[in-house]
Amino acid sequence: MALDKNGIAKRIAQELKDGWYVNLGIGIPTLVANYIPEGIDVEFQSENGILGMGPFPFDGQEDPDLINAGKQTITVRDGASFFDSAMSFAMIRGQHVQLTVLGAMEVSQNGDIANWKIPGKMVKGMGGAMDLVASAENIIVAMMHSNKAGESKILKECTLPLTGVGCVKKVVTELAVLEIKDGKFHLIERAPGVSVEEIISKTEGDLVVPDFVPEMQL
Amino acid sequence: MNKVVKDPAQALDGIQDGMTLMVGGFGLCGIPENSIAQLVKMGVKNLTCISNNAGVDDFGLGLLLQGKQVKKMISSYVGENDEFERQMLSGELEVDLIPQGSLAERCRAGGAGIPAFFTPAGYGTEVAEGKEVRIFNGKPHILESALTADFAIVKAWKGDTEGNLIAAHLPRRKIRKTHRTTHRSSKKLTYGTR
Repeated sequence: MALDKNGIAKRIAQELKDGWYVNLGIGIPTLVANYIPEGIDVEFQSENGILGMGPFPFDGQEDPDLINAGKQTITVRDGASFFDSAMSFAMIRGQHVQLTVLGAMEVSQNGDIANWKIPGKMVKGMGGAMDLVASAENIIVAMMHSNKAGESKILKECTLPLTGVGCVKKVVTELAVLEIKDGKFHLIERAPGVSVEEIISKTEGDLVVPDFVPEMQL
Repeated sequence: MNKVVKDPAQALDGIQDGMTLMVGGFGLCGIPENSIAQLVKMGVKNLTCISNNAGVDDFGLGLLLQGKQVKKMISSYVGENDEFERQMLSGELEVDLIPQGSLAERCRAGGAGIPAFFTPAGYGTEVAEGKEVRIFNGKPHILESALTADFAIVKAWKGDTEGNLIAAHLPRRKIRKTHRTTHRSSKKLTYGTR
């Protein structure tokens, strides 16, 4: 069965390594914080200027001055620090953040990502996405395999305006874990009960399928 | 030296039509609302505003947009503002959308006397159009120029007579730190307390 958004987040959480600084984008990526494996300690960076972001506050405990990059109220952990935007992006550009997880509208087989603009429809700005994808060494995209019209988002070439070029290394969808290498998608794992045939049929880009594709262990 | 003035009118004295302002705030946090109210009262026009966001329709820079006081916005994310979208699509408002990190660094560079810098952000996208590209350590970067302004307005929770500011009071965690240092790159820093 295909995963729900929480399942995608849970699978991505398995990629976390102890001691990493991690930046989570808006949407499914935010949920990754709920599934940090036991024994793993990571610090979350929010590009509006926080290192050491904690869980969401309980009702009535919100502080209107304390928000994440998605403008949701948050809490901070002991030892957290605040800084200005230039410092925040120095951390990102300087590759001091080990993992970025973000959503996408399209990903192509050479690692291009489009997630900020639909010409004539949505022009809100890129926020920090271009800085994040241009600099992070390790980028995982969390998204659904197809868009609402049922068209594959895993493409030979992106059709929407790009956010970054050749930067995505891994994609986790409700169906599969894909790696991007040598200009192709590689099928690494499939969601429990999802067939390889279904993944192939919903993937527009070139997909390398090994003889044995293990199921995700969630 | 005492830098404290008695009201927003005095703080914003000198702002004229056609000037460039850096304006603090992220989402609905840290918006210098008293200074913006004063700008509405002054009725200054043709402003260029450098600010991460553009507020919402009835708060923050949205108030200046409603009064058609802004000629150009330099921002990174401008969602959640219908009047902004209307003015942008009709061509009344000039809009320059910039990656957030590049925007912050362009402001910092302006204040630090660095005229331009190379960044990988935006390479291969429409942001790179017309910009010089150079390879450093095997990776392409684009040239971004510094931004400066005539005035910067920021919100603070507390300040002293020397002009040191504390941005927000977070009593539960006892963490206090000034930010908005980036906006020191304007010639004159102004703030309104709550």
